[in-house]
Amino acid sequence: MEVFLQTLVAGILKGGLYALIGIGMTLIMGVMGIINLAHGQMMMVAMYITYVFFHYIGLDPYATLLISMPSLFLLGVFIQMFLLNPLMKVESILPENQVLMTVGIGMVLTEIARFIFTSNYLSVKTSYSTAAIHIGGISFSVALMIAFIFACSLTVGLFVFLIKTDLGRSIRAVSQDGEAAEIMGINAEQIKIVTMGLGAALVAAAGSLLLPIYYLFPDIGGPFTRKAFVITILGGLGSTVGAIFGGVALGLAEAFGATYIGMDFEDMIGLILFLLVLIFIPGGFKRLTKV
Amino acid sequence: MLRLLRPIWERTIVLKVEHLDVFYGDLQILWDVSFEVKEGEIVVLLGANGAGKSTTLKAVSSLLKLANGSIEFQGSRLDQVRSHKVIEFGVAHVPEGRRLFPEMTVEENLIIGSLTPEAKAKRKETMKRIYELFPRLDERKRQNAGTLSGGEQQMLAIGRGMMSLPKLLMLDEPSLGLAPILVMDIFRIVQMINKEGVTILLVEQNVKHTLTMCDRAYVLENGRITLSGTGNEFLNNDHIKEAYLGI
Repeated sequence: MEVFLQTLVAGILKGGLYALIGIGMTLIMGVMGIINLAHGQMMMVAMYITYVFFHYIGLDPYATLLISMPSLFLLGVFIQMFLLNPLMKVESILPENQVLMTVGIGMVLTEIARFIFTSNYLSVKTSYSTAAIHIGGISFSVALMIAFIFACSLTVGLFVFLIKTDLGRSIRAVSQDGEAAEIMGINAEQIKIVTMGLGAALVAAAGSLLLPIYYLFPDIGGPFTRKAFVITILGGLGSTVGAIFGGVALGLAEAFGATYIGMDFEDMIGLILFLLVLIFIPGGFKRLTKV
Repeated sequence: MLRLLRPIWERTIVLKVEHLDVFYGDLQILWDVSFEVKEGEIVVLLGANGAGKSTTLKAVSSLLKLANGSIEFQGSRLDQVRSHKVIEFGVAHVPEGRRLFPEMTVEENLIIGSLTPEAKAKRKETMKRIYELFPRLDERKRQNAGTLSGGEQQMLAIGRGMMSLPKLLMLDEPSLGLAPILVMDIFRIVQMINKEGVTILLVEQNVKHTLTMCDRAYVLENGRITLSGTGNEFLNNDHIKEAYLGI
């Protein structure tokens, strides 16, 4: 029973971070209509930013959120303005080809990181990296808990933004009907730029929060792009609430897989869950929650 | 909201569409289409499916590029601005098939209709007015637009268009798919909106009703304007009777 509860706690805490990764991807998916296959690589960039500020200046990894999030926002804006939006203006290029562009962007980011930092594994060791609180035989990792609290606050903040502000409403409007949004006076191109920036900033937060409990190397982006993709599908494409469920589901699946089947199977369990959802609830969790 | 109208002979032309040619890819949809709408009028574009009525409205909204021709609204060239700017000139478009934001509430849909600075300043007032005009929307304001019935959705689409406080309201087949009694309601409300001083450009297949309420009408056939005149002239025209009224 203790092992079960321990696994449950670990899964949910990790799921909170996954949700943050998934929500960014989902926002971009909703507004642009494409999946951003450079999502994990953007997170990798944020992790290196956090690493540099920790290693050379001694800034706390959580404080670097204030640097990594705005930086990645700008990177997202740059990518959308100068690399993705221009593709839409060429009529002979299908919108789907934007996806290929994101694959290319991911490769370029990875290789730039390898060029600067080499392929070595790096990590950020803080006093709380391995600290844990014990409650009734179950241990709560301090770093994971802080990350979870940050992830929850950011998610709540994002929802307030999407529901209560005109800009947030405009983002939702563009994702539901781009042309109708245009005739209501919404500049869809601008909204796409803002959304890409926002998605990048969210995944940057996840990266900075993850670094104290993880390790870092240039190719870390790929697996996280894959995870983000799985979360987006689990949640139902374009559904932000679904992405939260998807993130937690993936976190739980990985935790239980690692505990009861074996550490090596962690990633496999996530992908098996992905296949099961595709086969049995093709619309993702969105279909179950109706939001 | 109430604006005083000048007598009909003194009214100025607000929308002037001249020699419009529009293509979808290589296919020409509109051929040399010209028409005008005067201040305070209800003008109807009639025509069968695929005649180019919706295309004309989309061209006015700058959603489509013109191959030739010009669109002027109160002296400003609408064809030279981007589509999201058109609403700032006072032109609102209620598109075909309503095109609501299905996963946003009724109230949020109305809010999205009032994003221009002037409309935003009067958002609360206008919304109250819309709810008076359509009490059903008031009852359902917290409901998602996608869950409304067809008639309610059309009311919301019109309400959303009105939220921008337009001078010209373009309606694309508001009667489509509605029960006859609801159609009467919608047309009555369109007339009420017009009496408050909003100029109306209406696209319709429901010829009989629209001809009795409109000031002037144009017929589009295969992308060309083939006939124009007042509502009464149309009701007595043999070609119209035969082709559209089935008399």
